[in-house]
Amino acid sequence: MSWGLVGVTVRFGRTPALQSVDLELPAGEVRVVVGGDGAGKTTLLKAAAGALHPESGEVSRPAATRVGYLPASSGVYPDLSVAENLQFAAAAYGVAGEALRARRGMLLARAGLDRVERRLGSELSGGMRQKLGVIRAMLHRPDLLVLDEPTTGVDPMSRRDLWWLIAHAAAEGTAVLIATTYLDEAERASKLLLLDHGRALAAGTAEEVVQAMPGRLWTGDAKPADDAAGRAWRRGRRWRLWSPDGDAAPPQGWQAAAPDLQDAVTALLLGGELRPVEGGAA
Amino acid sequence: MWAMIVKEFLQLRRDRRTLAMMIVLPIMLLVIFGYAASFDVSKISAVVVGPEAKSFSQRLKSPFALQGTYPRQGVAAARRDLRDGKADVAVVADATQTLVLINGADLFTARAAETAIARLAMSQQDLAQLKAQLQTLLPPGTAVTFMTPLPPRVDVLYNPHLKTALVMVPGLAGVILVFIGTLIASLGVVRERQAGTLEQLAVMPLSPWDVLIGKIAPYFLVAAVDLALVLGVGMWLFGVPMRGSWGLLILGALLFLFVTLSIGVLISSVSQNQGQAIQLAMLTVLPQILLSGLIFPLASMAAGVRWIAYILPLTYFVEISRGVMLLGQPIGDLWRPFLYLAVLGAVVVTFATLRFHRLLNPSPGHGGGRRAASAREARP
Repeated sequence: MSWGLVGVTVRFGRTPALQSVDLELPAGEVRVVVGGDGAGKTTLLKAAAGALHPESGEVSRPAATRVGYLPASSGVYPDLSVAENLQFAAAAYGVAGEALRARRGMLLARAGLDRVERRLGSELSGGMRQKLGVIRAMLHRPDLLVLDEPTTGVDPMSRRDLWWLIAHAAAEGTAVLIATTYLDEAERASKLLLLDHGRALAAGTAEEVVQAMPGRLWTGDAKPADDAAGRAWRRGRRWRLWSPDGDAAPPQGWQAAAPDLQDAVTALLLGGELRPVEGGAA
Repeated sequence: MWAMIVKEFLQLRRDRRTLAMMIVLPIMLLVIFGYAASFDVSKISAVVVGPEAKSFSQRLKSPFALQGTYPRQGVAAARRDLRDGKADVAVVADATQTLVLINGADLFTARAAETAIARLAMSQQDLAQLKAQLQTLLPPGTAVTFMTPLPPRVDVLYNPHLKTALVMVPGLAGVILVFIGTLIASLGVVRERQAGTLEQLAVMPLSPWDVLIGKIAPYFLVAAVDLALVLGVGMWLFGVPMRGSWGLLILGALLFLFVTLSIGVLISSVSQNQGQAIQLAMLTVLPQILLSGLIFPLASMAAGVRWIAYILPLTYFVEISRGVMLLGQPIGDLWRPFLYLAVLGAVVVTFATLRFHRLLNPSPGHGGGRRAASAREARP
């Protein structure tokens, strides 16, 4: 079973938040949406989950009882305990009995939350809250799981736990859609979609997106002093310089570099223009 | 719906301050309002000046409390005493005519003084004394008959001692419920919005009706307990009678509660933050207190203002509670306020449901451009 969005457009007043975006969400696969602030990631996820109706386009998704959604705020009630937060979700989705107890116990234990079941949502750390939010969203074994930046501001150990939960959901056959600002996480997904100002800049596997990067990439030891500084960024101790014109010779002291996903995404965002990737929608 | 109700109960239980406020505040308000909101004037301070001051001061009895008798002083001194707050009433007793000056700045005392002075002019007791004095002057056996008829005997029903508390307490129960219900319920959805859990509710398989009832249910229960407490304490402390049917009063109170809480939840659904919600709630609470007929009679209001009173639920609850408790009215006499409350409830709940529907099915489009959009949801 596959879900997704076709030609979806969303406007807030006159401001376009999404412009004719396509995204396929096959069962058992993880799809990641990346982009800067205000790119339209949250809007896309809301439209996919049913929290927002687009102006035009088509959204296909399972029934509401088969969708799991983690909003950007984690969706955890601060005045309910861990157990009560999960109980509310289970009751709302009509999950009960031994199967619920077993699943809840397994997910809480794997996320390291089994010892804090009585702790209030407001007393959890940021990482714990995010993990609880993801468990709450996937407790009822949804067919579509939509997670808005589940790992933002979370420590590496909690990120590891969160990705275990995400991979577990996909392994159960759930179509997973995640928004993230971490490109190393985007590389874990089967395909990714790069958004900028509501437009799809690139889509495909990480390799396809890297290959789709236009122009050439150079690496050097110092930041360029001229107007090329606007096309340069730092990677570790060295600098990258992107040249949209692929035939141009490298500047004095710069060498050719092989771009990775981070370079490609940065260059694409700098380029700011849509360049469809062979292979169609993500 | 049950999931939502349980969640709201758990949240309310954990919010100890709000819960304590919902239980303690009504009793506190009742006691304060019951004692403070009194229009009864039991004491009117008075001074008497002028040549006949001594003889006039002997006639002054309760509620007048004589502060002084000054036969050598005149009108100027009397005015000064009123202005200085030495007395509420100053009498200038002259041989030819007596002038009574009343401090109109204190409205209720002034009205009470006016009534008491009128009684003083010719009370039953005065007539009896006059008759007895005349009998002593006339030959024995001579009958004394006054040409003017005696004042009619006055018998005050339902509130013989004209106690303010008896009239106020049934309505005060409504005021307290408006305060508690509207103010606290108005924070319900705002809290979801501020905690970022509203979007999650929108995606969950919950209908707007589920969320609305879930939000109202716990407050409904607590407010019903409040109502019982307020009426119980009101009857015990102020001696408010219950002359009608408890069932009728409970029915009216539940209907009123439903309307009040629905208004609170409706306010919550249109507010972006708690400050806005409280301001909007106060905007609905204050007119109800002032215009419901609890303090000022509806008949004495200007027509335009009276029509505002007619759209406020407290107006009808005051009519029902006073009607049932003081007058012992049956449903046949009270069907109008019941009907109006039911209609008002239906209108408010419809608006609240529509608003919840919009909240839980948001559309960012403002140009009606959703024609081309479609969502295919697989059957569960």
